[in-house]
Amino acid sequence: MSRIGRIGAPLPLVDGPEKVSGKALFTADMAPAGALVGKILRSSWSHAGLLGVDVEKARALPGVAAVITGEACDVPFGVLPIAETEYPLARDRVRYRGEPIAALAAVDEKTALAALDLIKVRAEPLPGYHDVQAALAEGAVQLHEKRPGNVEREVTFELGDTVAGFADANLVREETFHCAEINHVHMEPNASLASWDETDGRLTLHTCTQVPYYVHRTVARCLGLDEGRVRVVKPHIGGGFGARTEALGFEVIAGLLARAAGGTVSLVLSREETFLCHRGRPETETRMKIGLKKDGSITAVECETIQRGGAYSGYGIVTILYAGSLLYGLYELPTVKYHGVRVLTNTPPCGAMRGHGTVNVRFAFENLLDAMADELGLDPFAVRRANLLRKLGFTVNDLMVNSYGVPECLDKVERASGWADKHGKLPPGRGIGMACSHYVSGAAKPVHWTGEPHATVVLKLDWDGVVTVLTGAAEIGQGSSTMVAQCVGEVLGLGIERLRVIAGDSAVTPKDNGSYSSRVTFMVGNAAIQAAESLKTVLVKVAADKLEAAPDEIEVLGEVYRVAGSQDKGLEYSEIVTAALAENGTLTVSGHFSTPKEAQGGHAYRGAAVGSTMAFSYAAQAVEVLVDPVTAQVTVEKVWVAHDCGKALNPLAVEGQVQGSVWMGLGQALCEENRYHDGLPVHANLIDYRVPTFVDSPDIAVEIVESNDPNGPFGAKEAGEGSLSGFLPALAGAIADATGYRPLDCPMTPDMLFKALAKRKAG
Amino acid sequence: MKSILSLTVNGVARDDAAADNLLLVDYLREVVGLTGTKMGCDGGECGACTVLIDGQPRLSCITLAQACTGSEVETVEGLADGSRLSPLQSAFNEALGAQCGYCTPGMIMAAEGLLRRNAEPADSEIRLALAGNICRCTGYVKILKAVHLAVDERKP
Repeated sequence: MSRIGRIGAPLPLVDGPEKVSGKALFTADMAPAGALVGKILRSSWSHAGLLGVDVEKARALPGVAAVITGEACDVPFGVLPIAETEYPLARDRVRYRGEPIAALAAVDEKTALAALDLIKVRAEPLPGYHDVQAALAEGAVQLHEKRPGNVEREVTFELGDTVAGFADANLVREETFHCAEINHVHMEPNASLASWDETDGRLTLHTCTQVPYYVHRTVARCLGLDEGRVRVVKPHIGGGFGARTEALGFEVIAGLLARAAGGTVSLVLSREETFLCHRGRPETETRMKIGLKKDGSITAVECETIQRGGAYSGYGIVTILYAGSLLYGLYELPTVKYHGVRVLTNTPPCGAMRGHGTVNVRFAFENLLDAMADELGLDPFAVRRANLLRKLGFTVNDLMVNSYGVPECLDKVERASGWADKHGKLPPGRGIGMACSHYVSGAAKPVHWTGEPHATVVLKLDWDGVVTVLTGAAEIGQGSSTMVAQCVGEVLGLGIERLRVIAGDSAVTPKDNGSYSSRVTFMVGNAAIQAAESLKTVLVKVAADKLEAAPDEIEVLGEVYRVAGSQDKGLEYSEIVTAALAENGTLTVSGHFSTPKEAQGGHAYRGAAVGSTMAFSYAAQAVEVLVDPVTAQVTVEKVWVAHDCGKALNPLAVEGQVQGSVWMGLGQALCEENRYHDGLPVHANLIDYRVPTFVDSPDIAVEIVESNDPNGPFGAKEAGEGSLSGFLPALAGAIADATGYRPLDCPMTPDMLFKALAKRKAG
Repeated sequence: MKSILSLTVNGVARDDAAADNLLLVDYLREVVGLTGTKMGCDGGECGACTVLIDGQPRLSCITLAQACTGSEVETVEGLADGSRLSPLQSAFNEALGAQCGYCTPGMIMAAEGLLRRNAEPADSEIRLALAGNICRCTGYVKILKAVHLAVDERKP
């Protein structure tokens, strides 16, 4: 195979120029002249029975084209087929403040807002449960008929004998850790543009989603439309981070409104509304217990975690399963006991967020491991090295591991951070901490199992010599379109200028499950390679015929095809294309990727397939901090992170992804928090919800580790999530090194630290 | 109430009848048709709508269009010279200062304002000048790099 610097060479994103020039169109930029403006009336109760919604006056207001209520749709939706509990517009009951009750479309925003004021809602308040204790209390009203005790899912497993494991330990410690609810804050507020074609009963939906296929399916079902009458287009989208990995209510509402109005409706949510449908990381309390031998090796782990899931199921069952299953895969764990409870509460529903399910549990685990190492007189690096996976293959809970770069990650971070000269040796108020983390490269079983391949990529070669790559993979800024172009270009020996990527339009591109669980590089990358290999076979055959040689004698040198070893000038790519198209015209090939059964997890407990993947990414990081002795303000001075992404297809993009995920961990660790007062969000703007600014954000030095996964595309694994969770415990370790006090809760705000340090000082 | 709004947008003089309560961001996006300027919040919190008014970075979401009478307004669409990206645009592309691209127009305009008044800013000056622009993808690391790259490119 020829190499002309595509795979492994830093490459700006193929859609970068559009973004920096302001030409990139996002959903809110696309409303045509005359589009109706959509607005949603939301619940001001966190829990109430709906007695009636009077929309007559709103409907009668001149300029109002349609007003709809819960009557418009009686098909519940939810990303998991076993948990479809939500209606786009509430029907008999509202379960969180901000839940949609009615929606309308009008000629302009002013009219739409005036019409909203004319809608009268009658409701009978019910007790609102805004924390897990209240929702779980005996006698609490059930939020959902089929969820007794307000428990969405309880997960229990014990693999190995933990009682014996703890008995075998030299040191056993247990702590309880708390993490606040946080959310994604993708910079683009939620938006959908829905167009109903009255003449043939078709819906076109432009929407800011990571999962066009799931949206397509959900919208068709909720509108009672044949799936072939819906087209979903994903324009440029302003970030996702997991918020958009399920069809969201506003997308269905946009479709319902367009049909009711018989036209085009632009539904652009405010930032406040975007907070209300956040699907973020749940508030979590985790009790962690670890047993260690004197040498630091782990004998047993017991983990109990409770998540405040919010009012609807969403991804909740998957989140609580991930939290248990992904205790595994990073270290050798002989025995583990897990108990997870996902609770339904009267707060906006939580969902998937970068590092889905793993982050808060990893924070607890690494933080406790670090504290115990200190007690045993072991260095934090040493205790990790004492627990490395002993062999590749399968974990106790049947997760497949074929590549494992943790040892190299540890070495690189230890060296780059100057750890040996710093840990325990920095002046007062200054400290350094470290931790490890990992994440899946794509869920081996998709949430909606159809038996089709996980990914399909179609290539079209036409007379102009351009290879058009058609993929359903949602480019969300992570660089997926660039990645597929690179994979195809590498196989075919073509430069990026010969390739055009069309992504995420169900009228054109093949079905793809979407951009979640870090699946795209691994699965879509492999499908792209297979498609390109097919096309190459065709082109090589053409060259062989013309050169009167056998196909296996042909070598491809960039855009030259010639008999291998000969010094002929061979044939130019353009000649090959002309010859290849001579008989049947435009050439189309496709490639696929599916996960083998052995990668799909086992049956050790109910739900054990969650966490299964083709490969894990691994990371280690060190964090240096300064803690102000007066205000307890933490300044993160620098982060060193090493990430094992298998093979960096595009080192520039890998660095960007790793920096972004470490920094998102920084936000959760330092300052981010969704707060509610009696169920009312009090954080729903970018002043009260503190996202780290430029001045709060440190340099993040990235070292890439390449473990070359045998199944990855050119050896690659994921790069965008695995580094996130390590930041939280590394920061706790750094604060402990700086002050002697080890935080057990996130966010580690100055208020929290100040109180803790003052209390300790008082004795 | 509408009044005649006379101003320059990206070097082109315009006269429009514009409502007195029309925000500059809505004027640019809906009247002029320049959608590069983005809304990321409900007003004055995120910096995505940053444009230059008489060379100074300003939030177009909390500026009335009528307040720009007689002013020169510049948006991200005005920076490129035909197909040639400006040094900042080119640097943001090459250094991966833009991932999803939503904060990018505002970030680039804030940086453009900085470089016009300070051709060789220190790290701390860049951080401070862009502190009102939230980016959720990059952790700002490559944005810092991109601004430095643009500084180098702008040197004669």
